[in-house]
Amino acid sequence: MGVPADLHYTKDHEWVRVEGGEATVGITEFAAGELGDVVFVELPEAGSAVEQHSTFGVVESVKAVSDLFAPVSGEVIEANGELAGRPELVNAEPYGEGWMIRLRLSDPAQVDELLDAAAYERLTSGD
Amino acid sequence: MTGEVQLHETPLVDVHRRLGARLIGFGGWLMPVQYRGIVEEHRAVRERAGLFDLSHMGELFVEGPEAGTALAHALVTDPPSLAVGRAHYSMMSAQDGGILDDLIVYRLAEERFLVVANASNAQRVSDGLAERLARFRAVLDDRALATALIAVQGPAAAGILAPLVDVDLGSLRYYAIADGRFGDIPALIARTGYTGEDGFELFVDWERAEPVWAALTEAGAEAGLVPVGLGARDTLRLEAGMPLYGNELDENTTPFDAGLGRVVKLDKTADFVGRAALERVARDGPARRLVGLAIRGRGIARHGHPVFAGDVQTGAVTSGTHSPTLGTPIAMAYVAPGDGEPGKILEVEIRDQRVAAEVVPMPFYRRPT
Repeated sequence: MGVPADLHYTKDHEWVRVEGGEATVGITEFAAGELGDVVFVELPEAGSAVEQHSTFGVVESVKAVSDLFAPVSGEVIEANGELAGRPELVNAEPYGEGWMIRLRLSDPAQVDELLDAAAYERLTSGD
Repeated sequence: MTGEVQLHETPLVDVHRRLGARLIGFGGWLMPVQYRGIVEEHRAVRERAGLFDLSHMGELFVEGPEAGTALAHALVTDPPSLAVGRAHYSMMSAQDGGILDDLIVYRLAEERFLVVANASNAQRVSDGLAERLARFRAVLDDRALATALIAVQGPAAAGILAPLVDVDLGSLRYYAIADGRFGDIPALIARTGYTGEDGFELFVDWERAEPVWAALTEAGAEAGLVPVGLGARDTLRLEAGMPLYGNELDENTTPFDAGLGRVVKLDKTADFVGRAALERVARDGPARRLVGLAIRGRGIARHGHPVFAGDVQTGAVTSGTHSPTLGTPIAMAYVAPGDGEPGKILEVEIRDQRVAAEVVPMPFYRRPT
């Protein structure tokens, strides 16, 4: 299972794509696989503030409920409304159409605290 | 129990590993929760067929001239009323009417019965039966760790199984069991299950489990048979409106609470453990009732979520999931008797938010006939 090289990661299995002062956030393929079939995603509204390390939403599979933790702080520009009707996108395209929120970074330096692809890959391979 | 508990392993655990199953502890056993994915496995059972390893269940054989009488004393049902080769759903009750386990009782011969208990309760049922049978001419043979149980469930199950066994499945009715052979392997073949589909359960010796599993896998490949884990077993039984011990049923619940009063044979002649308490509940009515809920808002109700009627908490969710067949969230909950009429709109509190839920008749899913 490949981990995209251009993203940043957390130990909680979220990914972050940074473009300018904005960040797109989702959960990794590993996380989606561990959860199993995602059937429900609860996300914050545009305009709300999320704080690094705090819960910003919930993802539920048939069997499990899992909190989503914000990898970075910022203001929500957009939540992926498509997931309300098609939560299975989280499993099918975790790094693409299954994205969850877009943020305006309030502290871009927080990105430096995140794992790079190689470090995340080591984490999930269990070494 | 304290500390690390050593999990039992079924004779098929290495098969599950090879299939890439995710294994979890369940009822003291290391069991596959899923292979390819719960929804995919669930759909396979509804549309084609699924193969289950249920060797964690407890197989308890009761034999002797008073085997039936003894079981009528030990359980809430009346096993002597079963014809040879037939089965019924039963329960073991405590003196106070609380449910110690829900069971299937099969009559294998005039003086021989098979009681199948849930894995998590198998020891307690075995101990309880030993005690309750003591004054009867009946012998308990606990073969939980010697008997493998493999189920084939789904509309294609009969077609897959028929060529492999010497029993005429066409004449094996629902809730019937036959002593036969699977190839050259002695097997008890029952038309029972926990999925809401037609299907079969095969009891074979522990060391014969692997060849039976392999033969079914091969024979079922063309029909789309896939291995199914406990995850889909749970969503299947929930759609079918079947209770799960530990969720809907426990020591603090009577069969009448769970809407299963019909299982309790108060008209049988035998005195049985729990009779006085259960007669009282039957007369006065249960303090709560089990209902089906269709969640009308956004969110999935889960075990333990509170249920409200207006501002008053009327009960709690016992099981909840996203129904793969219906595509919507469903749940079971205990509510006050007055709040359980179908059509009534209640609210489930899901993570601090109230979500509308309609009381609906169960089952949520009934197989097409």
